[in-house]
Amino acid sequence: MDLASYITIIISAVFINNFILSRFLGLCSFIGVSKNTGPAVSMGVAVTFVTTMASLISWLIYNFILLPFHLEYLRTISFILVIASFVQFTEIVIQKKAPGLYKTFGIYLPLITVNCAVFGVAVLNTDVFFLNGKAVDGSFLKALLQGFGAGAGYTLAMFIMSGIRERIEFAEIPKCLKDIPITFVIASLMSLAFLGFSGFKV
Amino acid sequence: MVLGLCPTLAVSTTIANGIGMGLAATFVLVGSSIFVSLVRNIVPEKVRIPCYIVIIATFVTIADLFMKAYSPALSRSLGMFVPLIVVNCIVLGRAEAFSSKEPPMRSIIDALGMGIGFTLALIVISAIRESLGNGTALGFSFSRVFEPPLFMILAPGALLTIGLLIGLINYFTAKKGLRRGKKD
Repeated sequence: MDLASYITIIISAVFINNFILSRFLGLCSFIGVSKNTGPAVSMGVAVTFVTTMASLISWLIYNFILLPFHLEYLRTISFILVIASFVQFTEIVIQKKAPGLYKTFGIYLPLITVNCAVFGVAVLNTDVFFLNGKAVDGSFLKALLQGFGAGAGYTLAMFIMSGIRERIEFAEIPKCLKDIPITFVIASLMSLAFLGFSGFKV
Repeated sequence: MVLGLCPTLAVSTTIANGIGMGLAATFVLVGSSIFVSLVRNIVPEKVRIPCYIVIIATFVTIADLFMKAYSPALSRSLGMFVPLIVVNCIVLGRAEAFSSKEPPMRSIIDALGMGIGFTLALIVISAIRESLGNGTALGFSFSRVFEPPLFMILAPGALLTIGLLIGLINYFTAKKGLRRGKKD
């Protein structure tokens, strides 16, 4: 496996298969937290950290525990439990060691537990990087990169969306479309723009 | 309406998919509500969320295996979105808000209601998307009438449909409220 294929994974996770805009993962928090740029970017960074760690942990569990003992059907339960406890653990550590950081990121951590993007990336990794019950060549690094790329793509979409929403506050739009409906329409136009990336063959 | 729509939007490309997803979610809702309601007095306050998640994940696994065994085609087209019911906000939300406080019978009825509502919403969205984007409806084709715009079955179409639908609902609720205000 050469360097190019690793770069391809990141680029396709960030742009072509952007988690929010073409896979619909993490839509809840995308609509909920994207009102202002500051919190949106903080949330994005927190999600990136968790998706990266979650893909690392889920790869280890799947490869060393579930596969050798033929327990693939326990995937859903084990992943969600490990991710939830990991997020909780991170929250406690940050709270004790860095209270300042906790004030900016801490409130978003419980939200991340039930964020579809985190769980989605773990499931997607096992779908893509394990063929016929065996890990693909270099799949550990690939899973890690995919997790990071998914988080980065999430942050990018959050950043763009919050910027647009800050401006649209002052626009004259029909009353019934205010707030959530218009956000969906904006997301639709953004995802149309991101569709342009899917023409690239990398 | 907004709750729980995140991952399910992706599968609403055809009516059959929408119904399948709705039924799977309803099954998980009902099953988990029974068990959450049964254990509501045993589980300590602090560990309740992990307990609920385990119960929900169990039912999602059951639904996933069932679907794989009895309709492999549907299971393939829903793909990774079946396991994603676990993190669906509706399921955990109902477990937390309703089943954890009420006896089993009432929880089942509540869960059934939520599930049917959810399925209906999915059917509406997928019907709009399938007929506009693909020119078909449950196998019935009318694509000769107009050229179906491909983008309706891709991601943007889903987001546009849901946005405008919520807008429409808001419009009618506001209108109704206004009329009632005038009468008073």
